Amino acid sequence: MARLEKISSALREAALATLIVAGLGFPIIAYRAEPDFNNALALLGRWPLFFQFCLAAFALRFALAFWRGGAAKAPIRERLWRSPRWLGPAALIALVVYPLAVVGLLGPQAALKWVDTYGVQILIYVLLGWGLNITVGLAGLLDLGYAAFYAVGAYAYALLAPATGLGFWALLPVCGLLAAFWGFCIGFPILRLRGDYLAIVTLAFAEIVRIVLTNWDVVTHGEAGLFGFPGLNFFGLPFIPGPRGFAAHAGLPFAGVHKLIFLYYLVLILALAANLVSLRLRRLPLGRAWEALREDEIACRALGLDTANIKLTAFALGAFFAGVAGCLFALRQGFVSPSAFTFSESALILAIVVLGGGGSQLGVAVAAVFLVGASEALREITFLKSVFGEGFDPAQYRMLLVGLAMVAMMNLRPRGLVSTREPTIKLPAGKIAAETAS
Amino acid sequence: MLAFRRGESGGAMEVFLQQLINGVTLGSIYGLIAIGYTMVYGIIGMVNFAHGDVFMLSAFIALLILLLLTQMLGLGAAPAFIVAMGASMALTALWNYAIERVAYRRLRGSFRLAPLISAIGMSTFLANFVTVTQGPNNKSIPPMWDQVITLTSGGAYDVTLSYRQILIVAVTGVLLAAFWFVVQKTPLGRAQRACEQDAKMAALLGVDVNRTVALTFVIGAALAAVAGSLYLLQYGVVKSTDGFVPGVKAFTAAVLGGIGSLPGAVLGGLLIGLIETLWGQYFSSDYKDVAAFSVLAVTLIFMPSGLMGRPDVEKV
Repeated sequence: MARLEKISSALREAALATLIVAGLGFPIIAYRAEPDFNNALALLGRWPLFFQFCLAAFALRFALAFWRGGAAKAPIRERLWRSPRWLGPAALIALVVYPLAVVGLLGPQAALKWVDTYGVQILIYVLLGWGLNITVGLAGLLDLGYAAFYAVGAYAYALLAPATGLGFWALLPVCGLLAAFWGFCIGFPILRLRGDYLAIVTLAFAEIVRIVLTNWDVVTHGEAGLFGFPGLNFFGLPFIPGPRGFAAHAGLPFAGVHKLIFLYYLVLILALAANLVSLRLRRLPLGRAWEALREDEIACRALGLDTANIKLTAFALGAFFAGVAGCLFALRQGFVSPSAFTFSESALILAIVVLGGGGSQLGVAVAAVFLVGASEALREITFLKSVFGEGFDPAQYRMLLVGLAMVAMMNLRPRGLVSTREPTIKLPAGKIAAETAS
Repeated sequence: MLAFRRGESGGAMEVFLQQLINGVTLGSIYGLIAIGYTMVYGIIGMVNFAHGDVFMLSAFIALLILLLLTQMLGLGAAPAFIVAMGASMALTALWNYAIERVAYRRLRGSFRLAPLISAIGMSTFLANFVTVTQGPNNKSIPPMWDQVITLTSGGAYDVTLSYRQILIVAVTGVLLAAFWFVVQKTPLGRAQRACEQDAKMAALLGVDVNRTVALTFVIGAALAAVAGSLYLLQYGVVKSTDGFVPGVKAFTAAVLGGIGSLPGAVLGGLLIGLIETLWGQYFSSDYKDVAAFSVLAVTLIFMPSGLMGRPDVEKV
């Protein structure tokens, strides 16, 4: 009898959920407006998809209500997951060996994609994540305009390299310092602001930077962007075929992958440097002050800490690494345009930090690999194309899932962002580890 | 006076008047969105970052229902638009109710940035959800009600006021009056103001805080849906990334007017609309967004309580 009641109540819940999903999905999923041959919008019905959503909602809600209904919600178990000691060194060795192994296995031509897209690109995001982690994860200052500093670094290299004739070794720190200077300039007026207002102002500044980059045609060439600036060289040896190139000096046959392998190690070293800097700084008074600021600004001030300095250093150091990453981005792409530095780029980097559990170095790296690598991997799978149609672009679904993941993270593990002291790792599927809420 | 100006400066006065009209129209739309920001901030102290995307979503819902009614049921444009606006208000309200329930309710007692980060996630989700379901390109509809009243003629430039613009300003005015009545005179409005002052105390005195907050989101979404429908009517085009910039501008309006203040939100909306159109006319239309973003930054830095807001005292 009780069982019957349980089923009927679960059915009621499920019916309600289905009704809500039907309401949410009614025009937006059930129809799609597409321009027809007259260029007027015509509706395409997609009722099967709509009913699939409704059915899924019904099944999910029913299952949830049936198995969990009635009983009090079990508290989410806070399990401590400490990364084993060998994990760091093992990951490091894997990272060092990775490009050579890929070239050895696939040959220099097929390895291009693996070193570039899955190697260099992901490592740049890891570097960006660790940089933003200083501002957001350690100091607790929500920076929604991180892509602006990234843009400053990229444009600094693209503009200064042809103008000054300096190589990238000289320009790399210049890019970082310029971005840090911008971080300082933007950080200065917003020192007094509270958390959420501060976040919005950084967003406003970043948008202004992007609009200026888009419209200041004389310097930035607008939407078209900058290209043709000098690329990477190996301590003076350019990566070109012929006797003057790196390949001839090293006694190797010329291959495009050499440049990428060099860039890979360069990014790896810089990312590890960023990691080392933030790990060491956390043990210094400055790093302690950042974390204290994150926990309670008023208490900080009451204890005599100079919050202005603490905030500015957090902003400037975070921006410095973004500038370095921007320079590397310019070297990798060979061209820079404002469309690479939109708000959604800032949101993606922020998502890497948030999903990485803020303050946790390994977590941020794992999140970067997962968010950037997974969507690239999805692009490869031709099977998905046959299921979702030819126009299937996983990049769109990536940001959709990133958004959902941020919401889920905040709802299920909000303390992950603020209360971790030791580096912890966040894994999906509930195996998320954090220190128990303090 | 007018004749003198016309002769002297080639219709400068007319251009200014026309931009004033356009600015007020745009400002009405910003004002309607800004109310959603200001109410939510007032009641739970959260920057509802996804509100701009809710506005964009509502424009899409209105567009689809409009097409459905005109193409499948053969309704005329005017009744179809009114029905579409009503349906969009209801469905967008349901969306925002669901969003509040899923993404924000549990975070009310969390640390200050948690709801904002969740809202950023929700904003990203909504924009990409619409991109995925409706495609990334522009959706445009043929213009409606584009008859105009010519206010001045014979000069270098005719100043015109379209029926659309009259409708937009009139709808905004009527809704604001109705809304003002709700907040000032009804039990719901009283509960809202009570939660705004002290949610815990209000709960102790028998106010259902969850219900009040949910209704605030519902009302905010309904007003955003009106703005979305009117935006579609006025500009005739919408795309899935259109939520972000109008959203930030409407938030600017809310901050400029003094966040938490309803008349402030409308005043801020009108000001932002005017600043944007006049800046676009007299300085540079490429940089017109810079004007709005600068106003946002400057207001937050130098007068965070805005024009009509109460100063926010942080209690320890």
